[in-house]
Amino acid sequence: MEALNIVIRGIFIDNMIFAYFLGMCSFLAVSKKVSTAFGLGLAVIFVLTITVPVNWIINENILKEGSLAWMGSAYETIDLTFMQFIIFIAVIAAIVQLVEMIIEKVSPALYGSLGIFLPLIAVNCAILGSALFMVQRDYTLVEATAYGFGSGSGFFFAIIALAAIREKLKYSNVPDGLRGLGLTMLITGLMGIAFKSFIGIVL
Amino acid sequence: MSTETLEHKEAVLVKEKPSEGLLSKRRKKFISDPLVDDNPISIQVLGICSALAVTVKMEPTLTMAIAVTAVIVFSNLIISLIRDFIPNRIRIIVQLAIVAALVTLVSEILKAYYYDMFKVLGAYVGLIITNCIVMGRLEAFAMANKPYDSVLDGLGSGFGYAWIILVVAFFRELLGSGSIFDFKIFQAIGWSSFPTNGLMVDSIGAFMILGILIWIQRTKTGHVEAH
Repeated sequence: MEALNIVIRGIFIDNMIFAYFLGMCSFLAVSKKVSTAFGLGLAVIFVLTITVPVNWIINENILKEGSLAWMGSAYETIDLTFMQFIIFIAVIAAIVQLVEMIIEKVSPALYGSLGIFLPLIAVNCAILGSALFMVQRDYTLVEATAYGFGSGSGFFFAIIALAAIREKLKYSNVPDGLRGLGLTMLITGLMGIAFKSFIGIVL
Repeated sequence: MSTETLEHKEAVLVKEKPSEGLLSKRRKKFISDPLVDDNPISIQVLGICSALAVTVKMEPTLTMAIAVTAVIVFSNLIISLIRDFIPNRIRIIVQLAIVAALVTLVSEILKAYYYDMFKVLGAYVGLIITNCIVMGRLEAFAMANKPYDSVLDGLGSGFGYAWIILVVAFFRELLGSGSIFDFKIFQAIGWSSFPTNGLMVDSIGAFMILGILIWIQRTKTGHVEAH
């Protein structure tokens, strides 16, 4: 049950975009069309659901203070927390590369729709951000997986909603300076207000 | 007479060529361009995540601006120094590794000397790694230019980022908390019943302020985005 709660929280209450501003760069850059937004959203869910648990395992067994105890009593006091950034980003980059190669081999059709987004995801703040938040919140492995899936889904819904609005905006007469990024920011703010209505829901 | 002037000209040429001024016109452009005309946030749409997340108050914003500028400058310098030795296929990983090492350094320094600030910024210090401005400058500039030029370019982009987030933080702290650098400004002028705006402390305020700021700035520079 706890895992389901985390998924729902990740989508509606702790939404990656509206609550933590993570993954904004690709959120703004790839939200001009619903079809491409759909592809990027799927890729983010996919990568997050894999990388968060993998990073959890690495953090729990290698990086955390005292977690190297399984290697013998001499290693009990080692604290590798400062290596978190480098290890996490390396793991993410490696997994993204691996996933890209596997998808290319197994399902060329899926690769056709997701392929171009995967390299972009390695440097998406949402992926590294989820890994870092996962550490802060002391999740278990199942919870961490649920968190990865939930926050990925939150990103997915947010980017599709924004892309749908932006597609309609093509036909409106917007002041020159506001066109593009400026208006997108204001719309994201308004969507954020809508998402605020979920706050206070206790699961 | 004519040979003399020719010789003189040559001498001047030889003298001028190897030593371009430390802040020549071309180099000044590296710093001045990203401030307004080619601003990383408002024109290039890079590095938005941290621009919004830490701007609730001025103090963490200033820390973040300094940290990001330092990371951009030093990563630009290092990548520019070793640019001829990086194999093209693995350049992204090399760049990520160097940026991650620098960010770890920044984070450790913050943890050691400004622990309160480190707690406030939390995960967002680590997220400098994925700040698109850093990677963008490495890819677009440092991989193809000399170290000194790269440092100037990094400084320019850092300042362009810094002034935008400082302006956003100014309005968010003023309207949201009624203070500047934690100094209660409205109480100081005797308006203690100033109603603070909760939306400004929230993420929504950041989107709104940045949207309006971008609107004003683009109207001034005349930058129009295609649909």
